[in-house]
Amino acid sequence: MLQRSAAAAERPFERFRRVASGKAGMLLALALVLLAIIVTAALKGVPATQLLSLFVRGVLLGGMLALGAVGVTLVYAVLKMANFAHGDTMTLGAYLGLVVVTLLPKGAPIAPFSFGYEFIVALLVVIPAVGLIAFGLDQLAFRPLRARRSQSVMFAMAALGLAFGIRSLVYIFWGADFTFFYTGRARPAVELFAGVRVRPDQLFILGLAVALIAGVYLLLERTKIGKAMRATADNSDLARISGIDTKRVILWTWLIGGGLAGAGGMLYGLDVQLRPEMGWWLLLPLFASVILGSLGNAYGALAGAFVIGIVWQMSGAFINPVYSQGIAFLVMIVVLLVRPEGLFGGRR
Amino acid sequence: MTALHLAKAALLAVPLWLLLSSLLRLKPSWLKHLASLAVGFGAAALVTLVTPTGILSYLTTFILMACIYAVLSVGLNVQWGYTGLFNIGVAAFYAIGAFTSALVTTRMPTGLNASFTKQLFGLGMPFWVGVLAAGLVAGLLAWLVGKPTLRLRGDYLAIATIGIAELVRLFFQNERWLANGPQPLRGIPQPLSCLTGDGCAWLPGFVNSFFAPLGPRDYPFVYIAIVALVLYLVYRVLERAIRSPWGRVLRAVREEEASAAMNGKDIAAFRMQAFVVGSVIMGIGGALYAHYIVSIDYSHFDPLNGTFLVWVMLMLGGSGNNRGAILGAFVVYAIWSGTSFVVDALRPTLAAISPELPSRGPYLRLLFISILLVFIVLYRPRGIVPEEKVVSLDRDL
Repeated sequence: MLQRSAAAAERPFERFRRVASGKAGMLLALALVLLAIIVTAALKGVPATQLLSLFVRGVLLGGMLALGAVGVTLVYAVLKMANFAHGDTMTLGAYLGLVVVTLLPKGAPIAPFSFGYEFIVALLVVIPAVGLIAFGLDQLAFRPLRARRSQSVMFAMAALGLAFGIRSLVYIFWGADFTFFYTGRARPAVELFAGVRVRPDQLFILGLAVALIAGVYLLLERTKIGKAMRATADNSDLARISGIDTKRVILWTWLIGGGLAGAGGMLYGLDVQLRPEMGWWLLLPLFASVILGSLGNAYGALAGAFVIGIVWQMSGAFINPVYSQGIAFLVMIVVLLVRPEGLFGGRR
Repeated sequence: MTALHLAKAALLAVPLWLLLSSLLRLKPSWLKHLASLAVGFGAAALVTLVTPTGILSYLTTFILMACIYAVLSVGLNVQWGYTGLFNIGVAAFYAIGAFTSALVTTRMPTGLNASFTKQLFGLGMPFWVGVLAAGLVAGLLAWLVGKPTLRLRGDYLAIATIGIAELVRLFFQNERWLANGPQPLRGIPQPLSCLTGDGCAWLPGFVNSFFAPLGPRDYPFVYIAIVALVLYLVYRVLERAIRSPWGRVLRAVREEEASAAMNGKDIAAFRMQAFVVGSVIMGIGGALYAHYIVSIDYSHFDPLNGTFLVWVMLMLGGSGNNRGAILGAFVVYAIWSGTSFVVDALRPTLAAISPELPSRGPYLRLLFISILLVFIVLYRPRGIVPEEKVVSLDRDL
């Protein structure tokens, strides 16, 4: 092995690879991707305004993705498992929000947004509810596996079962059709700057996403439980020996991850629509974001989500938007090829 | 016993013969095959005689689909069961196999049809060429997916295969020029369908006249023999491979990656081989499905039917055991089809709870299967037929 890498270092391709797989190389690669998108769009005659507004929409999408991605990466950091049920947890959040919105008497829309007070109430209900549900599912399905020290793939398999289980419940209770929080309510767009038009709802979504993530940042950095979580993520055995209550850490991990997922699902539902498959479709961009930002790194997931969101939306300028998932996939594959540990990970 | 009964029994005898000859332990092997052929034909004749026609047809199509799923499940077993590769994109290889075989065996549409059906090419090749091409293309796709992901942790392969399954489906859905896009690709030829029609020109006259009573609606009886043969061949080849040094290395890679590497085994190469071989088998499964169902479109290869069911089959049957994989396919497909009757029977009850519920009945089955998977993972991770500890002893295959 040693001999091979020494010999390989001479070859230009390997040398390129070594440089490219550094952090600076990755950032350069991302800049090149963005440049390539802009150049391709310009060649195809896409007006600059459209490109700019796609960029803004990418940032908005990135905010929603970040809510899911932070949960995926936290669960990975603390429990060392890839939670393939996370997308469907987002779906669950969106539909539980729909229940609350439907049950409450409809209030007038809070100008300039399209939703009334009941959406805010729904968010306040859904965030803790989905967090608790996520913890409950963990106790049912993942805790026994942890106790048995099962292989990591067993966790992934159980998560897959949960994902399909949640989706089937959504199908049973709400049907397979798409729906909206508010059917038939006008959602006019306003001009933000330089011809970029967004809906006020979208600004609310981005604002809330940023606020929630800032909250998580404070929780992780400034509170005792946050410190305990970071310690468990670093080295769970050492954390346990040091007297950290791992059960409490796990509870909080799911509360935060599930809560953010619930909020993310509701916001995605508000911006686009509610569909039983929405979470499954979001799974790929979520994991692409998390891998791009290094598995287990909360701030990396955040950055990854925005990159994926922007690339996803901007590539829509010149390829069929149905393949936007494919763009997320492509970015992920490139990262896996060049720097599998992601932007913010140390060398393996 | 009419000539129709006899023809059906002769065809149904094929899967029974293959099943019995894999279960019996008898030497010499010509005696084993003779015995199982005789018993198989006897049993088939009895079943054909006593079972009402409708139920017999249902049973045949059930076994047919279960056999196709068994091919997928056995393919996944090479990847997950023996090598520990977590492929959640079975649907990708299943779909690409089905579409490849369809394109290779159909002819380019002409005349009026050409305006309804768009396809990239139609070679009009025979069935077996389609099956081989399906395996080849699926293997190629596996190589492409495996290249960047197989050297990393299992979770990366999982997410990459989820992605490729979604992309393959989206691609076949949206690209009309390739395989008729959102519209189904129709008219996929059925091998030996001439037996249920005017007779095959290349077969001797007495064979044709023996099968002459079969009508086009009896085609599943012919196809069940073909599918069972393919499944049997795949099974035999895999059993040989698993009991060879190659199979032992796969298990070593799964159990103790580091010590396998220390013994000079190229881990990445063996992983890739297992991944490609498994995917080739899945592609063949796709081809078998396409020629059975005649008209395919993207929606047949969704994550539920294409991936999730196959996983539950393998997990329930027993990962790391080909017999378990096949048994699991039959059991889970029986549960899957059986619950559809249960849901039908519950229709009035469901309607009483909510008027919309009966139409959502199928999702109750999905819920049940999901819970089943979680239960297997928690309580029976080794499945019904657990993996054998020692596989390399001569066991008279």
